[in-house]
Amino acid sequence: MSAVFKNNDKTLFTVFVLAVLLGPILMAPFGASYPDLLQRFAIFGIFAIGFNILFGLTGYLSFGHAAFLGVGSYSAVWMFKLLSFNVIPALILAVIVSALFALLIGYISLRRSGIYFSILTLAFAEMMYRLAYSVLTPITNGETGLQVYSDDPQYLMGENGITTTHLFGIKMNDVFLRFEFLGREAQFNFGYYFAAIFLILAFYISIRIFRSPFGMMLRAIKSNQNRVNYTGLNSRPYTLAAFVISGVYAGLAGGLLACMDPLAGAERMQWTASGEVVLMTILGGAGTLLGPVLGASFIKYFEAIFSKINDNVLHTWFSFLPDGLENGIVWVLHFFVGKGWHLTLGTLFMLVVIFLPGGLLDGVTRLFNWVKNLGKKKPEEEQSTKASPAE
Amino acid sequence: MGILEVQNVNKRFGGLQALNNVNLDVEEGTVHAIIGPNGAGKSTFLNCLIGKLEPDTGSVMFQGKPVLGSKPHEINQMGISRVFQTPEIFSELTVLENVMIPCFATRDGSFTLNALKKIGAEGEIRTQAEQMLKDVNMFDKASFEAGSLSRGDKRRLEMAMCLSQKPKLLLLDEPTAGMARADTNNTIDLLRHISETTGITMVIIEHDMHVVFSLAKKISVLAQGAIIAEDIPDNIKGHPKVREAYLGEAEV
Repeated sequence: MSAVFKNNDKTLFTVFVLAVLLGPILMAPFGASYPDLLQRFAIFGIFAIGFNILFGLTGYLSFGHAAFLGVGSYSAVWMFKLLSFNVIPALILAVIVSALFALLIGYISLRRSGIYFSILTLAFAEMMYRLAYSVLTPITNGETGLQVYSDDPQYLMGENGITTTHLFGIKMNDVFLRFEFLGREAQFNFGYYFAAIFLILAFYISIRIFRSPFGMMLRAIKSNQNRVNYTGLNSRPYTLAAFVISGVYAGLAGGLLACMDPLAGAERMQWTASGEVVLMTILGGAGTLLGPVLGASFIKYFEAIFSKINDNVLHTWFSFLPDGLENGIVWVLHFFVGKGWHLTLGTLFMLVVIFLPGGLLDGVTRLFNWVKNLGKKKPEEEQSTKASPAE
Repeated sequence: MGILEVQNVNKRFGGLQALNNVNLDVEEGTVHAIIGPNGAGKSTFLNCLIGKLEPDTGSVMFQGKPVLGSKPHEINQMGISRVFQTPEIFSELTVLENVMIPCFATRDGSFTLNALKKIGAEGEIRTQAEQMLKDVNMFDKASFEAGSLSRGDKRRLEMAMCLSQKPKLLLLDEPTAGMARADTNNTIDLLRHISETTGITMVIIEHDMHVVFSLAKKISVLAQGAIIAEDIPDNIKGHPKVREAYLGEAEV
């Protein structure tokens, strides 16, 4: 990434904003332009950007970040239950509560670094996940998940209030424009654009943090914490600030998830969810600006697409082959699609980590440089082949 | 009364008495060298001064204020900087950023959340860091990744990082170890120049007698955790105890 985009933040940001705003069109050819998936791109993009500030920039690998996602969702749904389906109070509470949780968990966990820090955060998240199912059932509604019932107070609802999540009357699940694009349908949805505004804001703040002296201190902490301390800097407030910022990003993402679908379940806090954001960040490129968004979209896309493919679809794809061969291929691929899509994800993840340590963004950069050098290299090669017979 | 006063410092590691009633009085504005054979407790002693280790007993006073019990960053904010035996730098950051960070730390204190200020807008700090790099002849490498520097340059960078903080006391742990002769001489010239122009007090731990005798105003000899002699360089050379414990061994 550095080779292409360094010192070019304005261009990067402009391209990013355009790509996000044109998301429904850009995603249409991939069959991904429907509200639910687009919203996931944006929301998990925010989650991963926030996680990257802690992991990519500061070097602290949190294995319990989904806890803040869950806390954000629960807070938002509680606002729906108590006030109304307006999303603004829901998001405000989600951010405040997740910040408080991050402050507490960060304060304790950041006493250690490295693997011990990871284990501490994992322990906190798992504890919250278990509590949500047991002791805290009055707050979390246990296994059913927290949702809005008709007999909830909803004090600000009024007589004929809107019964789905909305922003001052604009309904989140409304599709305001749809058309065919390259043979696939593109759907423009209010919920996506609402989340997209936060994604753009999150990305902007992330750029500012990366380029600020504060961000430089975080990178210094990742590089050599000893030297940071012997330079007269107290590393704890820095790491705690990074932890709270990324916790707030996660809480905001959780709140947005509830805004799109007013429902919160404890499985959002499970360790697999925490692991997923680690995968997203590493897959896209940890420590880069764009990588986490790329990784998040990539994983959510494959989750949506591969999990939908079943044996029947595979049979139609390979129907041109002779029967025996067709059945054989379908039998092999069967394990990689549908419920087995995690096998695909795992394989991809391993390939990326082994061959592209810098993540997908590293791959894009290499491809970019390769194409750029393609024209230049040829004359040199010709020269060298010509020269060799003479020697 | 000196800028740094160490009294009766003891440190035990299990059965090993690493420091045994060490007393030291460093005069302001001078270069004070501590020499001694391997395992004499030199590095342990420095670690006690910067808060990395807590001595079992004894007191360390810097400008009349107690040092022991403070955290490393607090000790640094008092005006004590240290160059380590193996350079402690930010390998993944550029050379310029490496020097900018201590400049920030000196100006802004131990923590500021200035997340919305751009580095480009921090012109004053950048100029200061660039000037420091020019002073140590490393300006042409400003945009290099610090980890890619040669060993000698890493040391020079670390020294630049410490000096950019304008410390009152600079602790140097074998600043020329692993350097070529030419580099060593450059370092000696640099340190002498700094000492003469800025008057920074320096405590140097060193193996290389050439360095010690060219720089130090006063030398303390540490052997088996205890100070066995303390005098001006000329007298140390002929000191019988020192010959026995250290110089004799070094000449072998």
